[in-house]
Amino acid sequence: MTAASAFDAAGTAGDDHASGLRRDQWRERMGLAGLAVPALLLVTVTMLVPLGWLFGLSFLDDSGALSLEHYRRMLAEPSYGRTFRTTFEISFVTTLICILLGYPLAYFLSQLPRRAANLCMIAVLLPFWTSLLVRTYAWLVLLQRSGLINTWGMKLGLWSEPLQLVHNMGGTLIGMVHIMLPFMVLPLYGAMRAIDRNLLRAAASLGSTPVHGFWTVFFPLSLPGLAAGAALVFVLCLGFYVTPAMLGGGKVTMVSNRIANDIELFFNWGAASALGVVLLAITLVVLVLAARLSRGAGLFGAGH
Amino acid sequence: MGWLDRPASDTQISHGARLWLYALGVLVLAFLAIPTLIVIPMSFSQSQYLEFPPREWSLRWYEAYFSSSSWMAATATSFKAGFCTALLATPMGTLAAYGLHAGRLRFAGLAILALLTPTIVPVILVGIALFYAYVQLKMVNSFVGIVLAHTMLAVPIVMLIVGSALKSFDLDQERVARSLGATRTQAFLQVTAPQIGFALVTSAILSFLTSFDEVVIALFVSGGDNATLTRMMFLALRDQIDPTIAAISTLMIVITSLLLAVSQLFGKSES
Repeated sequence: MTAASAFDAAGTAGDDHASGLRRDQWRERMGLAGLAVPALLLVTVTMLVPLGWLFGLSFLDDSGALSLEHYRRMLAEPSYGRTFRTTFEISFVTTLICILLGYPLAYFLSQLPRRAANLCMIAVLLPFWTSLLVRTYAWLVLLQRSGLINTWGMKLGLWSEPLQLVHNMGGTLIGMVHIMLPFMVLPLYGAMRAIDRNLLRAAASLGSTPVHGFWTVFFPLSLPGLAAGAALVFVLCLGFYVTPAMLGGGKVTMVSNRIANDIELFFNWGAASALGVVLLAITLVVLVLAARLSRGAGLFGAGH
Repeated sequence: MGWLDRPASDTQISHGARLWLYALGVLVLAFLAIPTLIVIPMSFSQSQYLEFPPREWSLRWYEAYFSSSSWMAATATSFKAGFCTALLATPMGTLAAYGLHAGRLRFAGLAILALLTPTIVPVILVGIALFYAYVQLKMVNSFVGIVLAHTMLAVPIVMLIVGSALKSFDLDQERVARSLGATRTQAFLQVTAPQIGFALVTSAILSFLTSFDEVVIALFVSGGDNATLTRMMFLALRDQIDPTIAAISTLMIVITSLLLAVSQLFGKSES
């Protein structure tokens, strides 16, 4: 019996002493919850209130009257549609590439002996630990016209003119994949390590080939990790700003970059905040869907 | 090549049959690690154009960095902001995690959700919302403004780390201490805190790094005398590829690695 239920049981007996104890306990628990107040206050003052304030702006027109003008314009102007399409395309393709590269890598790591895997993990965590700017800078240096990849590519005779590798969609995608890949590998690796090897041994002893065993036993069990990683990468991509701003060279405009431009170049708070409302709404929808899906995948008895 | 024919796992697939997996794994690992590492030798190049391997070695870009008063000022701001963030976020996040864990109130879940929102909301939105609020409050480009923003970003991280440490900690130990006459605070400081010390140190280090690495919010709310290092790097890189940044990047890699090594060492001595 826990302390709380002991108090409850005593309380139903109608004992004055017990109700006093219960009041004490309630007061203590309120006091404990009160410890969260400074943090809650900070988040409220520096995020929730400014965000609400900003979002309020999206419902005002230029004269300050209530209107849906900014949302109407967002629907009417095709350039907004293009920005959203770019954002979804980049997020989707980045997630897909991260799955294609991350799944084999996580599988490879999960098959290694622990110590070797931990050693290889350093390579996965290194970019995770290094400043986002440093990594984006590294790609800028590697992909530029006189960069390492162009120099070596021409030296090896793969191409004769320096290729335009950066300040475009391709460069942005490379940078994004590099930054997002660890977010895919870590949950996948965790899920794969948790899979009971005996299940595969059982499948093999019942006559399944290694490939068949992988697809019918291992792969379904790794799905929750895959779902978690994919959702994380997709959501992080949706709100990404730094890499498209630097590697896109002004040619790749994701929603975040458009919001920043609206503020920095045009001081158009209404348009920026309307975009912000839509971006946050999409992010939340994706998160809720992902939570649903991964719970569904969990029904197959996988993970924990 | 007997090694290739030997079974690689319980399913009897041979190493040879999945040589492609090893090749792919190593390639992806290289893709992850090499771009970051290649900046280090490049930063020691004499040339204007970053080359690998450098034809002539020199420390000229380090000199350029250390002799530039604007880079130095930005570095100092970033370090100060990082320390203040760690100093504020660690106790705030720890108190919240402890209170919500030990209090077991019905609305704790809601409070945790509210405290985690900074990790969900795209950072660009936080940046411009804060910019808007700070304009009204005349706090744009203020040091306090940047520290508050970074602390808000770091609090959820502290909460997650300390929260998970508390989950594996038996709070009955505190009850024992209190039954022996310790106050709640004494019990926490003398019994709980030393046992979750690793989580506290890790939280402080990650709070520092969160602030030190943050770009987007700093872009909007820091500036003038209080520009952070990352803000200056971002703006410099948007215009051109400046080799000074290779030197700065190398130093940042070293600092981050050192800090994380320290937190790992703490982890070792705990377990």
